[in-house]
Amino acid sequence: MANALPRSFLQVATTEEVASPLRVVQMEGLAILKIIKHCKEFSPALVTGQLLGLDVGSVLEVTNCFPFPVREDDEEIEADGANYQLEMMRCLREVNVDNNTVGWYQSTLLGSYQTVELIETFMNYQENIRRCVCIIYDPSRSNQGVLGLKALKLSDSFMDLYRNNNFTGEKLREKNLSWVDIFEEIPIKVSNSALISAFMTELEADAPVTQCDYDRLQLSTSPFLERNMEFLIECMDDLSMEQQKFQFYYRNLSRQQVQQQAWLQKRRAENMTRKAAGEEPLPEEDPTNPIFKPLPEPSRLDSFLITNQISNYCNQINGVAGQSFSRLYLLKALHEN
Amino acid sequence: MATTGKQTVLQFTPSTASLTARVHPLVIFNICDCYVRRPDQADRVIGTLLGSLSPDGIVEIKNSYAVPHSESSDQVALDIDYHHNMLLSHQKVNPKEVIVGWYSTGFGVSGGSALIHDFYSREVPNPIHLTVDTGFGNGVGTIKAFVSVSLSLGDQQLAAQFQEIPLDLRLIEAERVGFDILKKTAVDKVPTDLEGMEASMEHLLALIDDVYKYVDSVVEGQVAPDNSIGRFISETIASLPKIPPSAFDKLVNDGLQDQLLLLYLSSIIRTQLSLAEKLNTVAQIL
Repeated sequence: MANALPRSFLQVATTEEVASPLRVVQMEGLAILKIIKHCKEFSPALVTGQLLGLDVGSVLEVTNCFPFPVREDDEEIEADGANYQLEMMRCLREVNVDNNTVGWYQSTLLGSYQTVELIETFMNYQENIRRCVCIIYDPSRSNQGVLGLKALKLSDSFMDLYRNNNFTGEKLREKNLSWVDIFEEIPIKVSNSALISAFMTELEADAPVTQCDYDRLQLSTSPFLERNMEFLIECMDDLSMEQQKFQFYYRNLSRQQVQQQAWLQKRRAENMTRKAAGEEPLPEEDPTNPIFKPLPEPSRLDSFLITNQISNYCNQINGVAGQSFSRLYLLKALHEN
Repeated sequence: MATTGKQTVLQFTPSTASLTARVHPLVIFNICDCYVRRPDQADRVIGTLLGSLSPDGIVEIKNSYAVPHSESSDQVALDIDYHHNMLLSHQKVNPKEVIVGWYSTGFGVSGGSALIHDFYSREVPNPIHLTVDTGFGNGVGTIKAFVSVSLSLGDQQLAAQFQEIPLDLRLIEAERVGFDILKKTAVDKVPTDLEGMEASMEHLLALIDDVYKYVDSVVEGQVAPDNSIGRFISETIASLPKIPPSAFDKLVNDGLQDQLLLLYLSSIIRTQLSLAEKLNTVAQIL
C-alpha cells in the first residue's frame, strides 16, 4: 500500500466500515500459559478470566489475559469483582499491555461448556464489543498430552434468533438453523515475540523425550473414557426428557385441533339451521373459548444445546478411542519385537 | 582481620545452603513480554515474583507482574502503590501465592539492586532476586537467581552480598504445552490430538531406531562400547513385563474390544441424533 494515495482521517472515518468476518484468533504464548495455569490450579472448579488484545482486520489478537476471582453469590462481592476488573485493567495499562477486552476464557470439564450461561455471557460481551471470542480450555485433556484449547463464537444467525428469543420450530426452519450452527469454532494461531522464541530455544531441554510424549503414550485412558460415558449418559437422559416435553406439546396440540374442528362443525351446523330459520349466522370464531388459545411451544434451545454436548462427547470418545487404538497397536508391535 | 580480645565471628546470615528456585515458564514469558512493552526511556524492567515456599527449601516462582519504576544514575524509584494494588488484585484470585522476591532484566546484579532488594526484604523475609538477560549479552539468555546474605562481623553489619542459588529451569509445564508451539514466533494451528500422537510415535520410533543403530555398531565393533549406556538399555528392556504371548494377546484384544464398543456406541448415538433431527423437522411440518 506504499504507493496508494494517502487518505485523510476524515476519509477513513467516512468510508463505511465493512466488518470482515473473524477468521483467526492469534494467541500469544503468554496468554496461553496464563490461561492454562489459572485453569489448572483451580481444576476441577471452573474458572473464568478476561482476554485482552487487539482486533486487526479478520484476525483477533489475544496478547494478554487476567483471571477473575472465584465468583460468589454475594452482591457485595460482585461489585467488588467489577472493581477488581477495572483496577486490573488500569494496572495493566500502566505497563503498556493492550487493554482492549476481546472476550473471555473459561475452563471446562470434558468439554461440557455448551450451556445457556455461556450464551448469555457471550451476548453480554457482544453488546459492548463487536467482535469477541470465548476461549475454552479443558485441563483434563492436557493430562493426555493434548492442548485442549478452543476458540468459539456464536454464529450470527443464532444471535439474531436469540435476541428475539425465537426458538419455535417455525422460525428455526425459516432460518435453516440446526444444532450444528450454534457455535462456530475459530482456528487458533499461536505467536510469540522473537525474544521469547530465543529464550525457549535456549531453555529447551536436550533430553530426547518430553513430558508431552510421556503423557501421550500413557496407556490408561479408561478413567477419562469412563467419565466421558457417564456424562454422555446423563446428557442422553436430559435429551429424552426434552423430547418427552415436545411429544407432550404435540399431543396437546393435536388434541386442541380436534377440539377446534369439532367446535367449528357444531357452529356450522347451528348456522345452517339459523339460516334456514332466517336468522343472522353466528361468527365462526370465538376468542373467549379456551380451546382457541394458542399453546405455548417449548423452546428448542435446551434440546439444541444438549444435542451439541452429546455430539461433543461422541467426538471426544472417538478421538480418544482412536488414540488408544494406535497405542495398543504400537504396544503390540513393540512387544513382538 | 582485626582481632580484639573477645571472640568475633565473621559470618554470613542467613545461610543459603538448601535453597533452590523453580521457575514456571509463565514467569519467563511474562518478563519477556514486559520487557518488549517497556516504556521508551527505560533500560530494564523490574517486577515482583509471586509463588510459594515449600518446607524442603524449594521456592516455586509461579507468577510475576511488572512494577513501573524510574531510574537515575544513583537512585531507583519504585511505584510502591502500584506494587501493592497489583498484589492485592493477585491475591484476590489466588491467596496462596505470596511474594517470594523480585526480578530484573539485565545480566547479573547491578548497582541499584541492593536498594530494591532492601525494599523487598521488608515485604518478605529473604527474597529471591531473579535476573533475566534479555539483551543476550554474551550470546546466551542467562537466567540466574540470587539471595542476599549479609556479611557481619559480630553484631556489626559489613556488607550485603548476592549469592547465586541453584535454579531449576526444566519447565515441565512448557513441555506439557509443547515446545513446538512456544519456541516459534508463529504457529499456524494448534496440533490436534491425533497429530500430536503421530508426532510422539514418530519420536519414539526414531529413538528405538537410534538404539538399534547404536547396538549394531557396537556389535560390529565400530563404536567403543560404553558400559553405562549398555546398562541403561538392558534396564529399559528389563522393565518390559514378562507376559506369555497368549495372555498378552488377550490383554490387547480386550482393550481393542472395549474401544470398539465405545466407538460403536458413540456412532449409534450420532445416528440417533441425526434421526431425531429429521423427525423433529417432519413433526414441524405436520
